[in-house]
Amino acid sequence: MSWELFWLLVEASGLTILYSGVSIVIGFVLASGICAAMLSSHRLTANGGRLYVSFFRGTPLLIQLLLVYYLLPKIGLNVPSEIAAIIGLSLSTSAYQAEILRGGFQSVPRGLLEAADMCGLSAFASFRRIRLPVAVRLTLPALTSEAIMLLKSSSLVSVVGVVELTTMAKDLASSTYQPLPIFAAAGLVYLIINLVVAGFGRLAERAAKRGHA
Amino acid sequence: MTSLLSYLTGEDGRNILSGLINTCILWVIGSGLGAIFGFLIAVARRYGPRLIDYVLQASVEVIRGTPFLVQIYLLYFGGPYLCLSLGEASACLTLDPFEAGILGLSVYGAAYYSELFRAGFEAIPRGHVEAAETVGLDRWQTLTRIILPEMTMLVLPSMVNMTILLLKETAVLSIISVKELKFQVDIIGNRDYAFVESFTILALVYWALVEICGALGRAAERRLSRYRFAHS
Repeated sequence: MSWELFWLLVEASGLTILYSGVSIVIGFVLASGICAAMLSSHRLTANGGRLYVSFFRGTPLLIQLLLVYYLLPKIGLNVPSEIAAIIGLSLSTSAYQAEILRGGFQSVPRGLLEAADMCGLSAFASFRRIRLPVAVRLTLPALTSEAIMLLKSSSLVSVVGVVELTTMAKDLASSTYQPLPIFAAAGLVYLIINLVVAGFGRLAERAAKRGHA
Repeated sequence: MTSLLSYLTGEDGRNILSGLINTCILWVIGSGLGAIFGFLIAVARRYGPRLIDYVLQASVEVIRGTPFLVQIYLLYFGGPYLCLSLGEASACLTLDPFEAGILGLSVYGAAYYSELFRAGFEAIPRGHVEAAETVGLDRWQTLTRIILPEMTMLVLPSMVNMTILLLKETAVLSIISVKELKFQVDIIGNRDYAFVESFTILALVYWALVEICGALGRAAERRLSRYRFAHS
C-alpha cells in the first residue's frame, strides 16, 4: 500500500468530517427544540418529543438513511444523495443529543434555580446564567461521545452512494485487491479523527469548568 | 393491507421469518459472547499485570474508535486477502458472512462491555470490600457475594443500552450479505420496487424489538433493585 493511496483516504476523510460536522450542528439545533418539547408541561408536546426520540433511537441508522434516501424523491423532493445522507444523520443524532440534553437539564440541582429565584433573577436570566451553563457542563462528555459515535456511523452513508472515507476505502480495496491494508488504513484515519475529537472534548470540558468549584 | 399480509405467507413469509431468526441468533450470540469477553477483559485489566492492562486498553480504544462497518469489511475481506498474499490456502482463515458477523459483533461488543464493567468495578465503594474482609469473607466470597451483585445493579441499565445498540448493528451485517432480517426484506423490496414500504416495515420491526428489550431491561432492574446500595 503506497502513500498515494493513503493520501486518497486522508482526502476522502475531509468529506467524512464535513458530513458529520454539519449533521452534528444541525442535529444540535433540532435536539434543543426536541429537548424543550420533552421538558414542556404540555402533555401532547412532551409525548411527541418522546416518540420522536424513541423512534430514532430504536431503529438502525442504516434503515433510517435508506428510508430518507428513498422517501424524499417519493414526496417530490429530488435532492442529491449527499443532502439525503446529511438529513438522515441529522435526524438520528438529534434524537440522541435531545436525550442527552434532557438528562442534563433534569440534573441541574433544584437548589440552584431556587437560589436564582430568591436573588430576583428573571426566568430568562435564570435560564441563561444558571440552567444553560450548568446543563452544558454536565452534558459535554456525553455530547463528545455522541459526536464520535456519529463520526463512526457516518461510514454507513457509503451505502447510499455518498463519497466519503469508507466509500473511498471500498473502491480502492476492490481496484487494488488490497482490502486488508486499505481497510486497516481507513480504520487508522477514523481513529485519528476520533482521538482529535475526544481531545477537543476534554479541552471544552476544562474550559467549561474554569471558574467553577 | 391485504397485499401487505400476503407477504407473510408462502415463500416470502418463510424468508422473512428465517431472516428474523438469523437476526435474533446474531444478536443473542453476539451480545452474549461480547458480554463474556468484555467481563474477562475488565477483570484482566483490573487484576492482571500492568502490561496486559495497557495492551487491552489500546485494543479497546482502537475498536471503539473505528466504525463497525470498517471492522466488518476488514474481517470479511481481510481473510481471503491474507490467503492470497501468503500464497498458502490451507493456513489462512476465511470467514463466511455469518461467521464474520458473529465475530465482528462479539469483538465490537466486548470492547464496549469491558468499559461498562470497568466503570462498574470502580463504582463499588471501597468500604464495602473492606467491610467484607473485616467480617472474614475470602476473596472469592467477596467477589461473588459483594462485588458482582452490586455491580450487576450498577451496570444493568447501560448493559441493556449496549445490547440494544448491538441489535441495531446487526442490520449493518446485511452489507456483507449476512442473510438476516434486513437482507431478506431488501430482496423482496427490490423485486417489487417497494423500497419505502420495506424500509418502513423494517424500521417498525426493529423499533418493536428495541422497545421489548428496553421493557425487559426495566423489569430486570426492578427485580434486582434489592441489590442496590444507598448512595452517600
